[in-house]
Amino acid sequence: MSRIHVNTTINGDATDYLCEAEDTLLDVLRDQLDMTGSKEGCASGDCGACTVRLDGRLVCSCLVLGAEAEGRTVETIEGMADGETLHPLQKNFIDKAALQCGICTPGILVAAKDLLERNPDPTEEEVRYWLAGNLCRCTGYDKIIRTVLETAAEMRGAA
Amino acid sequence: MKFETPQTIEAATALLAADAGARVLAGGTDLLVRLRAGQIEPSAVIDIKRIKGMSDITQEDGGWRIGAAVPCSVMGEHDGLKAAYPGVVEGAELIGSTQVQGRCTMVGNLCNAGPAGDSVPAMVAAGASVRIAGPEGTRDVPVIDIPLSPGKTSLAKGEFVTSVFLPARPARSSDAYLRFIPRTEMDIAVVGCAVNLSLNEDGTVKEAHVSLGAVAPKVLDVPEAAAALIGSKCEDAALEALATAATAAATPIDDKRGTVAFRKDVSGVLARRAAKLAYTRAMGEKS
Amino acid sequence: MAKDEFTPRTFKVVGTRPPRPDGLDKVTGRARYGADMSAPGMLIGLCLRSPHAHARIKSIDTSAAEAMKGVKAVVTRADFTTTPEDQGTRDILDNVMAGEKALYDGHTVAAVAATSRSVARAALKAIKVEYEVLPHVVDVDEAMKPDAPVLHEGRQQESVPKGYSQNVLARSQYGHGDIEAGFKKADIIVERSFTTAATHQGYIEPHACLATMGNDGQGDLWCCTQGHYMVRNTCSAILGMDAGRLKVTASEIGGGFGGKTTVFLEPVALMLSKKAGKPVKMTMSRDEVLRASGPTASTSIDIKIGMTKEGKITAAQGEFRYQSGAFYAMNGALGAMCGFAPYDLENLQSVGWEVVTNRPKAAAYRAPGAPMAAFAVESVMDELAKELDMDPIELRLKNAAEEGTKSAYGPTYPAIGLKATLEAAKAHPHWSAPLGKNQGRGLACGFWFNFGGDTCVSLMINPDGTVSLSEGNPDIGGSRAAMTMMAAEELGIPYEHVRTVIADTATLGQNEVTDGSRVTFAVGLATIKAARHAIEIMKTRAAATWGIEPDAVEWVDGAAQPAGPNAGKFPPMTLKEIAAIASNTGGPIAGHHEVNAEGAGVSFGTHIADTEVDPETGAVKVVRYTVFQDAGKAVHPDYVEGQLQGGAVQGIGWALNEEYIYGKDGTLQNAGYLDYRIPVASDLPMIEPVILEIPNPGHPYGVRGVGETGIVPPLATLANAVSRAAGVRMTSLPMSPPKLLAAIKAS
Repeated sequence: MSRIHVNTTINGDATDYLCEAEDTLLDVLRDQLDMTGSKEGCASGDCGACTVRLDGRLVCSCLVLGAEAEGRTVETIEGMADGETLHPLQKNFIDKAALQCGICTPGILVAAKDLLERNPDPTEEEVRYWLAGNLCRCTGYDKIIRTVLETAAEMRGAA
Repeated sequence: MKFETPQTIEAATALLAADAGARVLAGGTDLLVRLRAGQIEPSAVIDIKRIKGMSDITQEDGGWRIGAAVPCSVMGEHDGLKAAYPGVVEGAELIGSTQVQGRCTMVGNLCNAGPAGDSVPAMVAAGASVRIAGPEGTRDVPVIDIPLSPGKTSLAKGEFVTSVFLPARPARSSDAYLRFIPRTEMDIAVVGCAVNLSLNEDGTVKEAHVSLGAVAPKVLDVPEAAAALIGSKCEDAALEALATAATAAATPIDDKRGTVAFRKDVSGVLARRAAKLAYTRAMGEKS
Repeated sequence: MAKDEFTPRTFKVVGTRPPRPDGLDKVTGRARYGADMSAPGMLIGLCLRSPHAHARIKSIDTSAAEAMKGVKAVVTRADFTTTPEDQGTRDILDNVMAGEKALYDGHTVAAVAATSRSVARAALKAIKVEYEVLPHVVDVDEAMKPDAPVLHEGRQQESVPKGYSQNVLARSQYGHGDIEAGFKKADIIVERSFTTAATHQGYIEPHACLATMGNDGQGDLWCCTQGHYMVRNTCSAILGMDAGRLKVTASEIGGGFGGKTTVFLEPVALMLSKKAGKPVKMTMSRDEVLRASGPTASTSIDIKIGMTKEGKITAAQGEFRYQSGAFYAMNGALGAMCGFAPYDLENLQSVGWEVVTNRPKAAAYRAPGAPMAAFAVESVMDELAKELDMDPIELRLKNAAEEGTKSAYGPTYPAIGLKATLEAAKAHPHWSAPLGKNQGRGLACGFWFNFGGDTCVSLMINPDGTVSLSEGNPDIGGSRAAMTMMAAEELGIPYEHVRTVIADTATLGQNEVTDGSRVTFAVGLATIKAARHAIEIMKTRAAATWGIEPDAVEWVDGAAQPAGPNAGKFPPMTLKEIAAIASNTGGPIAGHHEVNAEGAGVSFGTHIADTEVDPETGAVKVVRYTVFQDAGKAVHPDYVEGQLQGGAVQGIGWALNEEYIYGKDGTLQNAGYLDYRIPVASDLPMIEPVILEIPNPGHPYGVRGVGETGIVPPLATLANAVSRAAGVRMTSLPMSPPKLLAAIKAS
């Protein structure tokens, strides 16, 4: 089976890979590039654990073909921290115990970061609806929602 | 499976005409789910997103043309479109999660031919049409004529939908779409209802369209429900008549998402609520 | 029961909220979960699953699959030639690879390992299975009838009376007193029947493992599990190998809630690897997770409670019929023990039934068996409160169990926190807040036993004065932080000086699964004891340095010091100073502790919910929710709150929308997150946690398990709130909108 050669940009780095036409972007990230921070919870776009940004828009990487990423930019959880410096959301998720098992955490962080870049001052309801596609089974969402709201306030204060 | 990225409509139709097992890929939020689950095994996937115009929203003859690859989230960010057809946009914006919104398209939702597509009833109520490209050229077809039965469309071999057109509408017009789901998000509609209204200067309803989703093998246009609103100001009696007509028109089934009785009842409830919302909007009041 | 372990003290580290040690890994995507590991030359393994609910497997032809390019191994039940000694393990084998019959939709009948996923998928299609489809049964009441299709012959225990199907495997009875006499004394009796649907634990991480078996008889297994020692013991028994030759490493775990306390893929992956001679990775799809792993029991329950008009229970009776899927599970018995546990009852009869049906084998789900029982009992309590026009909290306080009460399941309670949670609920502003239109407020109590079990901990004093702690229980929700805190507390050193790791099965002795809310209690207890052991050694070293008797040395604030003026006058030696010279004072210093931990304190909680019902659609909105639970001592309060909140929300999902839906053909209709509807963020309000601390006498710091109790009250809490909001008593879960709207219209 001939494979497709894809040139793309992942977390700011020019990257190329070979993939089969059926491979999803999530398959490529996890199995070929060993970027296992994006998780497969459902492979149907219902859980959000594989959330990445594609050309600046949130998507489920399980619902994107690897071949579609040609010439596009992909942002994953692995690119969220700037070297040693964590994004404020990452730091606060640790400090405010906004994770338990942590499997949904990468997807939620990527989605929450995108929200705060679009809307620095979201209401609780806006955060809840924005993250409705990110399932978490451990926390009951309380500490996640609080932490996103508190981080938004903190980032507004710092800006 | 092959992966193709045609740059022109002609190239895409040629690929589709040459390969009966080929599937069109726009947002992929249905196609990839079925691919992964092994429900379909296409011989080729034709990605239409690199064709010029597929991702554009443009004004045309006072109405709006929306490219087949426009993600629903982009519709939600388009102020002009939202002002003209708030019901169509809210239907489109109800599909899936934020992440799914970034990819899913109204045309995909339509061509999926599921009875419960959230964007379809409002398009039907709006009198929208789609433009179809095929080996024989292009043709325009009303949205309601695209789905035939669950999973089946009227598209011929080699054809694909390139855009949706929402016609111009008079002043004092608006629309609304409401659906019922068990949760607040992430579910398929158990019942969906769109109402599209144009009002006379005195505030009475001049023209009405009511459309129901998820209560029949395909989306329903319910003229007898719409008729209940004509000449009214959506007062309680008119809304009751509307609800009764909507309930009567629904021919749902019992399944994992709802019962016949529930779907019929809720058809009426949603029709009433959507009509009120559309009326308020058409009156220029805040909804 | 409880040993007198608890000594009051002032804590320095315990009770604070430091960052968890695995936090950075988990916010950067670095943490490795079950599916995140790979090995050179690794194959991909997939399972072929039965499309039938009940079918005899007449033949399996794997020859075409075996002949395919890239296919390296195909296994069926014929490859599993060892018969495990105990029935429980034989059931597990039957569950992970069907024998003569496929017992449910999704039951594995064969598996392949191939060089890629696409080759493996093609190979599955090439396997020909000839089935003889048999009549099936998925409903608990139907399965009990004498003419029901039978799953297993000859497995019924003697406790089952005549007249029931062979599917009824066991009956157990609890209680005391004379219920007939008790009901005669009652002024009011309420008798109701209830049903609950099966639900799934719903962990976001599907089961996954990476197995390597060599022809030298040694194996390595990486998997996501709540207990890698259980995985080792079970897999080695199934494969007929020595446990010591199989090393199991627990990955980070993406949720379990009881669903990862057994094995599914692991023995199959090991067998595939053995046959192929290469590492094999297996990962379940979500469809497989729902069809073939974990669900909880569905139930049918009858409750009868009699009361005086003053609200004192005179007698209580319950029949708890639980179907646990295709194999035996002790679920009905747990329901029968837990349902009435919050109350001080003179006359009680509580009966549990274990029934098998053509559904996946039930796994534990957070306080297994208890939530459904509490739903039924607490619904009747609510109805009695309404009938008697009494405050639901007052009614419960009149009957609440306390220290000295003979429990519903037998033993007499030591100090417990039920009344404290009720009093806290009564005093909380939520209980008296005004309600809006179409809103109703519900309250319910819940009980869970908690557990201790086999535990090993090893604590190493490093030469630089830092500490390495090894425990053998996967960290499912912050337990590394809790262990680190208890070690730091006991040793008197900063939290940052301790690092806790989860050891593999070759590195530390046997550990019970992460279940029964046992880890913070039992591993915490062992950690404290291991620290005390290390302290004893360090005191000995200091004593030798000073030339005094070891028992003349005491340990204060992380340092050895002479115990009183008579012991001699020496400046304290800190842990760091003792560690630095350890090599010269006798060698490395390490403490360890091995125990079958007893004294896990039982746990109670009380929940309040406000719900709003749309009377036209049956939609329910949870408007406000408050949890009151006794934690004994909250070691890391953030993560205790997290358990309370998470448990409540799982219970809310169970009450409102989650359910296994079977078609007429016995196949699961909603095997995905789209239609298996777990709560999403926008469905919920904030969940306010109120932690009570009634010390557990059986733990040095007073710790009780907190993980499970939180899911016990919500089903009833929601049912009571919805019933009050809608004006109609809801006796069947989930209270999905079609069901609720039909009930409203019928009333």
